Amino acid sequence: MNETFIADKDGYYGDFGGAFIPEMLRQNVESLRAVYHDVIESAEFKKEFNMLLTDYAGRPSPLFLAKRLSKKYGARIYLKREDLNHTGSHKINNTIGQILLAKKMGKTRIIAETGAGQHGVATATVCALMGLECVVYMGETDMIRQEPNVKRMEFLGARVVAAKSGNKTLKDATNEALRDWICNPENTFYIIGSVVGPHPYPDIVTKFQSVISEELLYQLKAKEGVGNPDYIIACVGGGSNAAGIFYHYINRKNVKLIGVEAAGEGIKTGRTAATITVGDAGIIHGSKTILMQNEDGQITEPYSISAGLDYPGVGPLHAWLSKTGRARYMNATDTEALTAAYELTRLEGIIPALESAHALAVLGKLSFKETDLVVVNISGRGDKDMLAYTDAKKLFP
Amino acid sequence: MNRIEVLFSTKKKNILSIYFTSGFPDLNDTKTIIKHLDNSGVDMIEIGMPFSDPVADGPVIQRSSEKALQNGISLSLLFNQLSQAREITDLPLIIMGYINPVFKYGMENFLLKCREMSIDGVIIPDLPPEEYLKSYATLFKKYGVINIFLISPQTTDERITYIDSIAEGFLYIVSTSATTGSVNHFDKAQIDYFKRIKALNLKNPSLIGFGISDEVSFHKACEYANGAIIGSAFIRALEENGPSIDNINQFVRKIRD
Ligand SMILES: Cc1ncc(COP(=O)(O)O)c(C=O)c1O
Repeated sequence: MNETFIADKDGYYGDFGGAFIPEMLRQNVESLRAVYHDVIESAEFKKEFNMLLTDYAGRPSPLFLAKRLSKKYGARIYLKREDLNHTGSHKINNTIGQILLAKKMGKTRIIAETGAGQHGVATATVCALMGLECVVYMGETDMIRQEPNVKRMEFLGARVVAAKSGNKTLKDATNEALRDWICNPENTFYIIGSVVGPHPYPDIVTKFQSVISEELLYQLKAKEGVGNPDYIIACVGGGSNAAGIFYHYINRKNVKLIGVEAAGEGIKTGRTAATITVGDAGIIHGSKTILMQNEDGQITEPYSISAGLDYPGVGPLHAWLSKTGRARYMNATDTEALTAAYELTRLEGIIPALESAHALAVLGKLSFKETDLVVVNISGRGDKDMLAYTDAKKLFP
Repeated sequence: MNRIEVLFSTKKKNILSIYFTSGFPDLNDTKTIIKHLDNSGVDMIEIGMPFSDPVADGPVIQRSSEKALQNGISLSLLFNQLSQAREITDLPLIIMGYINPVFKYGMENFLLKCREMSIDGVIIPDLPPEEYLKSYATLFKKYGVINIFLISPQTTDERITYIDSIAEGFLYIVSTSATTGSVNHFDKAQIDYFKRIKALNLKNPSLIGFGISDEVSFHKACEYANGAIIGSAFIRALEENGPSIDNINQFVRKIRD
């Protein structure tokens, strides 16, 4: 099998990827495809991108040795602190990159989809920074459960439009964003929030997020004197924080890569978002990948308490990492994630996002050696989830 | 010869193609609607296979698709419904829908069924020419089913010429940068776009679709193409008055006038 894990010229990672888009989107996607590589690789872009990551987003994000968590699970556990970035998650890495691309292409109007609202906030933020119009599509269900982020987006000047079809979550918001793009092909740039969508988006978002593993390489070297950890663990919605922290380790085969999907109420309950576990091959939002569907090829509505993981697809890179066995995909239920969030909060004084809590929730399912070096990506902070955490009080000791 | 090719070789002007969503308003209306459309004198029928996430469609077709899926339509059921279609019509029949249900059904199975049901063509908006050529062109040839390609206002002349060179049947000219169903009276930019296409002297005939809603827009479209396609406006008529022969006849007659 092809094990390069780099998108080929048509955007394929092995069997997965491509650009399954209607002709109405072709010119938009093609003009992006034609320039993105050269733009991203240019010295001018790199200079501005790195400046903004450092001075605006606050990178590098710290790598923190979580001693009490380590003691509990019998390994050396480090936390990659994406929660400390400006706006509170890894999403800002990508939106800074894409807004620079948008400006380079002369676009004046920005659209985005959002689930947890973190990508929406990160997009609204860079639009405020650059003075560009911003419209964010968000499922109505998510607008309720992630309400603090709706307020932030609006205060930042974005217009938040409710998606009202399906379960009114991330998939439906993405449909609306794509429809908007079809209707506004000339002035609009679509900032996609994860490693999903038609080529070249998965590749673009992966590259922008790869700053996470780039930093991890030298941070681990400085702290532990070694280049490779034994495990890297990250939650997977579309898969951008996971792609970002896996990136520089994909060809270092002795590093175990673990993605954690949201099991919702359980993978056998039908109320789940564990795409790789319960899904199979298909095409969603422009990309051939693994998705949750019924026997007629209708996409099934996902469920997770975590709005950011409540998506029935996954980026094509992850579909291929899974199929080749290079990465392993586990899952955690709502309850397991809530419990893990409580545990991190009380052991380390860090309130993680519900999404990131899924990654923490598999620590107890793996059997570590005392000497194992484990890195967990804390993709975001939990401020937006206080409602869910407060509601779950009865679960906690 | 494929019925689509027969149609375009015998009729050059004012071709009217009507789209409807299978399984809507009621699950078993598919055959009735085909029969009445045939009776009413349309030239071609596009049968929509509903998809849960129709990103190229506006609210009207989204609504009909959702209802049809609630009613229980599926691709296999649609093929059952179509098994007697050739007893009621000789018009060219086209199946239109999104790639995922077809992919899941299996492209070869799907095309085999199309041939069995005498389906003449398919329109899959999210299967672009590049992916079609790479994976499916030989299968379409094998089963004698025509894949119809779309052209949009953003499509460059160079690409239109390219698409024309690989296309068969007809070209589906998307009238505007919008999802289906947005009502419009053609503005100057659209007319220029139609003229631009006409000036390319393409080998394939063409139909204009998206936003054709009444006799005015139909006849305007017919000035620049061999005819036009009506979808959302027809679905709206079905929503309001149901699939009776009178309603369908009246709808078609009004467009033709
Ligand atoms: C904090 C956080 N982590 C993870 C995700 C999931 O996205 P991805 O899988 O692309 O990292 C989200 C999405 O909203 C998020 O807000």
